Amino acid sequence: MSASVAVTELMDYDEVVQRFDPVLGLEVHVELSTNTKMFCGCENAFGGEPNTKVCPVCLGLPGSLPVVNGKAVESAIRIGLALNCDIAEWCRFARKNYFYPDMPKNFQTSQYDEPIAVNGWLDVVLDDGEVVRVEIERAHMEEDTGKSLHVGGSTGRIHGAEHSLLDYNRAGVPLIEIVTKPIVGTGARAPEVARAYVTALRDLLRALGVSDVRMDQGSLRCDANVSLMAKGAAEFGTRTETKNVNSLRSVERAVRYEMTRQAAVLANGGRVVQETRHFDESTGSTSSGRTKETAEDYRYFPEPDLVPVAPSREWVEELRATLPELPWERLKRIQTEWQLTDPELRDLVNAGAVELVAETVAAGAGPAEARSWWVSYLTQQANTRGVDLADLPITPVQLARVIALVAEGSLTNKLAREVVDGVLAGEGEPDQVVEARGLKVVSDDSALLAAVDEALAAQPDIAEKIRSGKVAAAGAIVGAVMKATKGQADAKRVRELVLSRCTG
Amino acid sequence: MSQTSSPEPANTDLTRLAAAELAELVHSRQVSAVEVTQAHLDRIAEVDPAVHAFLHTDAENALATARQVDQDLAAGQAPASPLAGVPVAVKDVLTTEGTPTTCGSRMLEGWLPPYDSTVVRRLRAAGLVILGKTNMDEFAMGSSTENSAFGPTRNPWDLDRIPGGSGGGSSAALAAFEAPLAIGTDTGGSIRQPGAVTGTVGVKPTYGGVSRYGLVAFSSSLDQAGPCARTVLDAALLHEVIGGHDPLDSTSIDQPVPPVVAAVREGATGDLRGVRVGVVTQLSGEGYQPGVLRSFHAAVDTLRELGAEVVEVSCPSFQYALSAYYLIAPSECSSNLARFDAMRYGLRVGDDGNRSAEEVMSLTREAGFGPEVKRRIMLGTYALSSGYYDAYYGSAQKVRTLIKRDFDAAFENVDVLVSPTTPTTAFRLGERVNDPMAMYLADLCTIPANLAGNAALSVPSGLSDEDGLPVGLQVMAPVMQDHRMYRVAAAYEVARNAAEGGPQIQRVPQADWSAHNRAQSEVAV
Ligand SMILES: [Zn+2]
Repeated sequence: MSASVAVTELMDYDEVVQRFDPVLGLEVHVELSTNTKMFCGCENAFGGEPNTKVCPVCLGLPGSLPVVNGKAVESAIRIGLALNCDIAEWCRFARKNYFYPDMPKNFQTSQYDEPIAVNGWLDVVLDDGEVVRVEIERAHMEEDTGKSLHVGGSTGRIHGAEHSLLDYNRAGVPLIEIVTKPIVGTGARAPEVARAYVTALRDLLRALGVSDVRMDQGSLRCDANVSLMAKGAAEFGTRTETKNVNSLRSVERAVRYEMTRQAAVLANGGRVVQETRHFDESTGSTSSGRTKETAEDYRYFPEPDLVPVAPSREWVEELRATLPELPWERLKRIQTEWQLTDPELRDLVNAGAVELVAETVAAGAGPAEARSWWVSYLTQQANTRGVDLADLPITPVQLARVIALVAEGSLTNKLAREVVDGVLAGEGEPDQVVEARGLKVVSDDSALLAAVDEALAAQPDIAEKIRSGKVAAAGAIVGAVMKATKGQADAKRVRELVLSRCTG
Repeated sequence: MSQTSSPEPANTDLTRLAAAELAELVHSRQVSAVEVTQAHLDRIAEVDPAVHAFLHTDAENALATARQVDQDLAAGQAPASPLAGVPVAVKDVLTTEGTPTTCGSRMLEGWLPPYDSTVVRRLRAAGLVILGKTNMDEFAMGSSTENSAFGPTRNPWDLDRIPGGSGGGSSAALAAFEAPLAIGTDTGGSIRQPGAVTGTVGVKPTYGGVSRYGLVAFSSSLDQAGPCARTVLDAALLHEVIGGHDPLDSTSIDQPVPPVVAAVREGATGDLRGVRVGVVTQLSGEGYQPGVLRSFHAAVDTLRELGAEVVEVSCPSFQYALSAYYLIAPSECSSNLARFDAMRYGLRVGDDGNRSAEEVMSLTREAGFGPEVKRRIMLGTYALSSGYYDAYYGSAQKVRTLIKRDFDAAFENVDVLVSPTTPTTAFRLGERVNDPMAMYLADLCTIPANLAGNAALSVPSGLSDEDGLPVGLQVMAPVMQDHRMYRVAAAYEVARNAAEGGPQIQRVPQADWSAHNRAQSEVAV
């Protein structure tokens, strides 16, 4: 491949968005987490010894026939409903014909012009709170392919490989493909919109409980179609379809990269080639895949081995009525329950902390404390370590325990941070850290009184001020006591003792 | 008749008996299933080198099954089914676990399926003895069995003639007394046309009446497995064994098997009063062999004599059936046969370590498929191509709808429809191999029932007076009303046997098998 040798010219992003309007189209494939595959009884699970989760049907052996997994249809309808789609009263599967070794029948059983769900939308919230409505063209059911492992060669692709190994465990896993209508008018924010859309979709699918939505394992996959049109142009430009976009961050990077690449091509009087491109996580760039010299003709026709799917209206309404709380409904509820302002809610969402705070609250902590910990101190810790908040080695239950220790007066806030640091350092449960580091608040009044008396004796002038009613002066004595006890005293209690000593 | 029949064989020749008779002997323990099986295996050894009805026989497993049936009966158990212990031959398009299933193609030579088709599973469960797998046109594409990669099958009535196709092996096995029962599959007539030209009974049940699971697909929306036999009763008995809903086939109908055996018993009384029979105007006349038409008219007269009310029925859309069929069937076949790509099973050509997967696929498909299969794959690929889909596949589907409407309209006024099964009797080997259109015309009368999905059968209706070869009467019934056609066929069969002093099939010439026992390569195909 010459792409790795030739230097690809890119246009400065600011210039791109001054001169062009990007048009996005996002195709998201979701592997459903049904027990069995789409058309057979084989176990639907990630990984496993190659070719152990297979049968005549998903291997496409001669004579075998598919039978639709009703649970997959149910999931498809629930996804359609959550995306505000119309659910077809009658729809069919179709065969998408093309030859590829990881596809056992050399056609994919999919849906073509009669998908199960059409015409929906998803509201996507950007980082600054702006809401973009993404229109959904369709959601349809299909089966996944097997996996090829290309051995030898440098690219890991079929070209140049010495030989290839095929694993059909994934063949026939139920997929829902969700396709947006062209997303226009997002300008410079197009990459962010793309990421926010996939994020919102992921959260929605997770709330529905229909998929593992693990981008790293391929249970959520995004193909990003990007094209540019000159400002003011009436027609869309030629698009490319970027595959292998395996993380939310990559979605944003891939779109941004394609915009800068295509803009450079167009600015140089070139022509964007309609093609499939591969995203490289390590370089953040895309490279040319199959060039479609002639558009591939999939020769779709209705799948004669399956009967049409005709979900009754009663069933659809039952599924609609039993949809779980959806992410945006949940946020609204949380905002009310936790008494958050709009900016507070947005910070919480942007920090990726909603789930963590909710779990911490569920473990007994107050919402304000839980939110404060996750959004400030722990977010700083995550940033320092360069990991996602959720990947910090502390659980909501552990944090809730720390918060409880503070509430009961066993820890000061300062000590609590040390306990959290200990947990993050792998020193065990909060109580073990307290024990091991000796961080317990000094709550023995006699010990504290001795320290108070000592401090009062050391600063008689201040003691006198307090006695004469200048209560504010107590701070200096409290500070001295805290210093003397190395911070292990409860400052509030110390203050009470100081005041009682000077007034009693 | 140009050929004289040989002396009546002795009653003790087990291969001459009908399946129902064999079952009775076995179940009453007058004859063992092993004896019955061995008699048929011996017969196969004697005549099959000339007939070539079988691609594979499995004596060991057949005898083991027979022994088990005998043991169970000796132990006082009731027979697993009315046909327990009776041998059956299975068209090589249905998978048999651990036994070769080639579909008459080099592409699948040596493939051992890891699973049984539902039909085969039901045969085994019913205690039938599977003798082996029968020859067929490659992937069931053809009307003469000459498209088999393993050489043609010959018609026992005249070894220089074709036994029909694609299921020529199954029907020839019956006519040569190599098996009393056989399973065929019918996509455009592949059970009925061989039945007609070999003087045997062939039934295409209602689409969805018999599971397609394990039937290697040619054209999924048309393929239908069904029973082949020498008598209508035997066909009905076999129909009830293999029929019925199968959760593994989404297109199988979730209803009980139509009461076909009871219908045969009712028909055997010879009374067809109250039955309305429609003669399809479009399925006779010009282009039909005169002897075939004379035989057909005589059959209609017989039905009338049996009390049936006969009327003429017009089905104008039938004239487009052949064209629609040759768009739909190839379209589906182009997709169904895509899986034969050398990657997972079957033939692999050119894998020398340097060639790409794409090249190996291409070389394998070039080497593994015969010319007729390639012709249909190309036809179908073209018909489904973007820009042509509406004009070809789309239009063909519209014709299909019109044909269904013609049937529906006809069945509002009649109970069954009749026609000749084929326009001609068996033609000579090699006669049509270079003329695909002439070959396709053999299915002219049978295709409408496949397109509409309703039931149809062929029952022997005498010999054509100009060549002495068998002619078939086709009886068609509405969807899931298979019993109606069985009743009519049974009554007709009884009337014919009475008039002729015995079943026509017993008059198959006893050829000098050894004279025809020659190498396949000598056949001009
Ligand atoms: Zn499977």
